[in-house]
Amino acid sequence: MSNAQIEIQLIASLVAIACAIPGTFLVLRKMAMISDAISHSILPGIVVGFFITQDLNSPLLILLAAVTGIITVILVEYIQKTGLVKEDTAIGLVFPVLFSIGVILIAKNANDVHLDIDAVLLGELAFAPFDRLMVSGVDIGPKSLWVIGCILLITITLLIAFFKELKVSTFDVGLASALGFSPAIIHYGLMTVSSITTVGAFDAVGAILVVALMIAPAATAYLLTTDLKKMILLSIVFGVFSAISGYWVAHWLDASIAGSITTMLGLLFLSVYLFAPSKGLIAVMYREKQQRTEVSLLTFLLHLGNHQEQEERHVNHLNEHINWQKVRSKTVLDLALKNNMITIENDIVSLTKKGNEFTTQAISYIITNEDSKIEHMKDDFFLFRG
Amino acid sequence: MLGSFAVLRKQSLLGDAISHAALPGIAIAFLITGAKDSNILLIGALISGLIGTFWIRGIISKTHLKSDTALGLILSLFFGFGMLLLTFIQKQPNANQAGLDKYLFGQAATLVESDVWLMAIVTGICLIVLLLFWKEFKLLLFDADYTKTLGFNTKFIDILITTFIVIAIVLGLQTVGVVLMSAMLLAPAAAARQWTNSLGIMVVLAAIFGAFSGVVGTAISASQNNLSTGPVIVLVAAVFVLISFLFSPSRGLLFREIRFRKNRRDLKLQKTLSFMFNIAKTHEDISHPHTIKILNNFQGFTRKTLQKLVDQNYVTISENMWSLTPKGFDSAANLYNQNQNQNE
Repeated sequence: MSNAQIEIQLIASLVAIACAIPGTFLVLRKMAMISDAISHSILPGIVVGFFITQDLNSPLLILLAAVTGIITVILVEYIQKTGLVKEDTAIGLVFPVLFSIGVILIAKNANDVHLDIDAVLLGELAFAPFDRLMVSGVDIGPKSLWVIGCILLITITLLIAFFKELKVSTFDVGLASALGFSPAIIHYGLMTVSSITTVGAFDAVGAILVVALMIAPAATAYLLTTDLKKMILLSIVFGVFSAISGYWVAHWLDASIAGSITTMLGLLFLSVYLFAPSKGLIAVMYREKQQRTEVSLLTFLLHLGNHQEQEERHVNHLNEHINWQKVRSKTVLDLALKNNMITIENDIVSLTKKGNEFTTQAISYIITNEDSKIEHMKDDFFLFRG
Repeated sequence: MLGSFAVLRKQSLLGDAISHAALPGIAIAFLITGAKDSNILLIGALISGLIGTFWIRGIISKTHLKSDTALGLILSLFFGFGMLLLTFIQKQPNANQAGLDKYLFGQAATLVESDVWLMAIVTGICLIVLLLFWKEFKLLLFDADYTKTLGFNTKFIDILITTFIVIAIVLGLQTVGVVLMSAMLLAPAAAARQWTNSLGIMVVLAAIFGAFSGVVGTAISASQNNLSTGPVIVLVAAVFVLISFLFSPSRGLLFREIRFRKNRRDLKLQKTLSFMFNIAKTHEDISHPHTIKILNNFQGFTRKTLQKLVDQNYVTISENMWSLTPKGFDSAANLYNQNQNQNE
């Protein structure tokens, strides 16, 4: 592993961390699309900054871009506040306009300089180590490493300092304002940090990857935990993991690093989406199936409780009467047997004492409209779940 | 046109997501066929756009992630994957690869006649389907549950609309590019929304706005050097939206402000009148003159409102004294009654 490779991975990891922190809050505050809007609309800010300084590396660029990002947020909110259109429409209107202005500015005035849309949108991590920061003639590392390092430091400091405020205002705006800290300040603070992070990172990894790094790790973490601290930590871990693995995939395929990091993020999200223990697709489907069987079981037991006649309680008759398929009725019967709720003699089904108790209790809950209590009741009665 | 549905369904950003999600489709289609036939690429884009859309749906309905997160997620992930494939393709020894990135930013000038025909045909099909299923679309849009109880296959209609939106987006990609596509979808519809409350009129208006901004934008960009078509079209569309926001008669900001001011002035007038009424009540003769100075303590009073009251024959003024006319007294008394009635 050469020096440059280590540096690239370091930059990618730092960007991942710096993005994951504001990203978590954006996802929680349902403002994920704002990051997309910001990443596009900073373009005019960068272009104007470039015209003023004629230097792609000046800090003024970052400042102006961040200002444009905040302008985007304010514009979106203003349009939204007029009540003429919904928030998502407002976002969808504002950023293409700003982006168009940026594109036109570039096309009209800056055709001959190294500043094209591809570079802004896609970025190129592989070149990052070549752009070095020189302090009094001494090479102290790649420039983007320093930029993103500073941003990360600021973000972490702010996070630690305002963790409590952020938490409260994210989950309960009313309480936050009642406690005396203005949600608006926190809101715009978060937006500023997001803008600055986006700007600082896009230089190295491109606008799209910034969005991916903000949203994807946070969304993945959100599927796994509901604890804010754990969520931040998890999204940092996911971000760094996909940054490093993405780099090696890109190395192996000889393709864009930004693209492969995003792809790794996508794979990560897909696997969590499918296999997450309580909120994954498979878990959800399994639970739905379980619930369906259990509801069937309840129906079945109620039916048994209502009929004392022998012919009504015959196994085959049940199939016809409640109109279930063979397999389904067998599952339900098995479940009931396993839980000691019924006994079968000569194909005649009868409720046990326990089954009777369960049914009576369930009915009383259903009648009093307290269906939710049935779930807890199931825990008490069931030895095996459906 | 289809944008109207997207806007009203609160799926405005779907366009943005789909246009990004189409990229890997284009790249994969190219990888498989190795040719740059625009039809095949478009089919690839269509498929991956649809996959993206339905994945977004899946995320929203099956997990607790919100729609914005799902959109942003799919958008960036698909786009990143597409970039990976594009850079991968660029390393392949195949002379055809150049120009694939045209799809990213769009260039209306690269369109050839067959593309235009394709667009015209697809637009025609869209129109026919729209007319055929007009009733169903409308119902689903405003009351999905009701549609279901009426026995329509909501899933089918839903998929139909979504498919057409995706088709429209994919076709538009060539013209304005990934980033600006969402604006093309949204802006005309958002502008049209301001002028009407009827879906039919809104769709027609949106189509007109869209076509108009397309024509004007192209004309402007052709008249100048170095202006790419897409951004100019978007800016023209944005101007439409701005105008609509400001000047639409019932919802526009300008008229709302005017209404607001008018209401406030009316209120002030009534306040002054009722204040006068309260003073006049204490005297036997309602037209008993009072000095204007009394009114100075009162906030709603301005010289202008007083003048207005005079114009309406509610008050007469002689030098520094004012007095209520019988007419003014009556209407002030009624005003008071009205307020009381409202309070009860």
